[in-house]
Amino acid sequence: MQLGFLVDLRLCMGCKGCEIACKVENEVPLSTWRLRVKYVDVGSFPETKRTFTPLRCNHCANAPCERICPVSALHYIENGIVNIDKERCIGCAGCVMACPYGAIYIDPQTQTADKCTYCAHRIASAMMPSCVVACPVEANIFGDLDDPMSNISKYIQEHQGNVQVRKPEKGTDPHHYYVGGGNVTLNPLASFRAEGHSLFNNLTHLPVGGHH
Amino acid sequence: MAHEIIAATNAVVVLDVALPGIVWGWIITMNMWAKSIGTGIIFVAFYLLKKYPEQTGFIRLPSVVISIVFIHLFLFFTVIDLHQMFRFWHIFFHPHMTSMITIGAWLATGFVGIILGMAYFLYMKKDEAMYDKLLGYGVVLAVPVTLYTAGLMAQSTARELWQMPTESIQMMLAAFLAGSATMILVGGNKFSDPIKKDLGLILGFSALTAFLMYMTELIFGPMKAEEVIATLEFIKGGEYTFMFWLGQIVAFLIPMALVCKSIKDKSYYLLKIAAVSALIGLWITKHVWLVIPQLLNMS
Repeated sequence: MQLGFLVDLRLCMGCKGCEIACKVENEVPLSTWRLRVKYVDVGSFPETKRTFTPLRCNHCANAPCERICPVSALHYIENGIVNIDKERCIGCAGCVMACPYGAIYIDPQTQTADKCTYCAHRIASAMMPSCVVACPVEANIFGDLDDPMSNISKYIQEHQGNVQVRKPEKGTDPHHYYVGGGNVTLNPLASFRAEGHSLFNNLTHLPVGGHH
Repeated sequence: MAHEIIAATNAVVVLDVALPGIVWGWIITMNMWAKSIGTGIIFVAFYLLKKYPEQTGFIRLPSVVISIVFIHLFLFFTVIDLHQMFRFWHIFFHPHMTSMITIGAWLATGFVGIILGMAYFLYMKKDEAMYDKLLGYGVVLAVPVTLYTAGLMAQSTARELWQMPTESIQMMLAAFLAGSATMILVGGNKFSDPIKKDLGLILGFSALTAFLMYMTELIFGPMKAEEVIATLEFIKGGEYTFMFWLGQIVAFLIPMALVCKSIKDKSYYLLKIAAVSALIGLWITKHVWLVIPQLLNMS
């Protein structure tokens, strides 16, 4: 079994339901996110468009975070999920430095690394990840990539040629796919980021948890 | 490429979380700086004891003491940087051997054992032969201890700027720079002119080579990857430009000039100023190189 995620960006409407569901389900502390939806405006008025990109851990087959973790706190479980053992984590932040997707953060409450686990605890109880359940347009598609009859496998088959991963050049072999993505949505360097001038917040940098 | 996309699409992030702050900050800079001295002094002591055995016997004790102090400073900063520092023992009892952090911890522990052994045989047993024998093993182990941080930076897949070939050479050069600078300060005026010249040359050539490597990365790095372009913008007119050039000048250019002048004038005083400058500048240089890749947005 190899669990994977696919987000159809053509369906996503940026409601952030997934983001909130994840926060509630996993008790993600304030100022940190396991899953977030990024808004990017494209074009010049009046020819403008807003894109929405849910961003979470990619559960890579060749995960740099798993490789760099000195104590195996980040580890694979048999269904392909890169899970985290917060009791074992020493908070060295090597994984934060290694992840090319910026998907790992230091939890300010536990002072350990944390990230999306595809809701491994729910999957163990045969439930879908909370973000999948919360999505009103079924833009989040989750399932077994090894099973050709799973929804995700069928979706990938149906949209061949329009399925992408983030930063394929890193060789991480992500198990998180996007349909309808492009450079603007998937490449963080392809959009201008005016710090302190985001639509709903004027924060610049987050304080990193701990003693820094 | 990203610049062209922005120009073509006028894409602007309008809603997102704030960027994460710097995760590996000054504590890790202290870690690298202290380690450079701790292993560098061993390299230089080995060289001097082999080449000038009659004149340099007095460096045995200060060299090993300095190495012990700075390697323990390095370990101290390593531990206090952990968000869960009291779980440090997990590295030894739940080791994950693909991680350079784990490998580094084991190597550093072995290195500490050797330098403590050197101190024991020299101070307690007055056994210089055993000290010299252990010093040989210490040099061998000091190489991977010096290099493992470069491996860790290379394992940081997200940070395109840090590539193993360049970082490993920079780590070795930092050790030679810091080791020779510390030895110059330790030796006082007890060294003969040829030894002073040798130490000056080690310092000067380490500075020159490191400077050339930074310059080539600055010029040619952006030709390889857009992430490197974006990272180096922080020192090409960005917020770390002044600090970067300050580091280059203090760590490399001033020591190089002072070494040349000191060799020409046979002035040990200038060599000491070069040594102090190199040690201060090395910290600044390491800090800038550590921080700038962390300013880049990953997603």
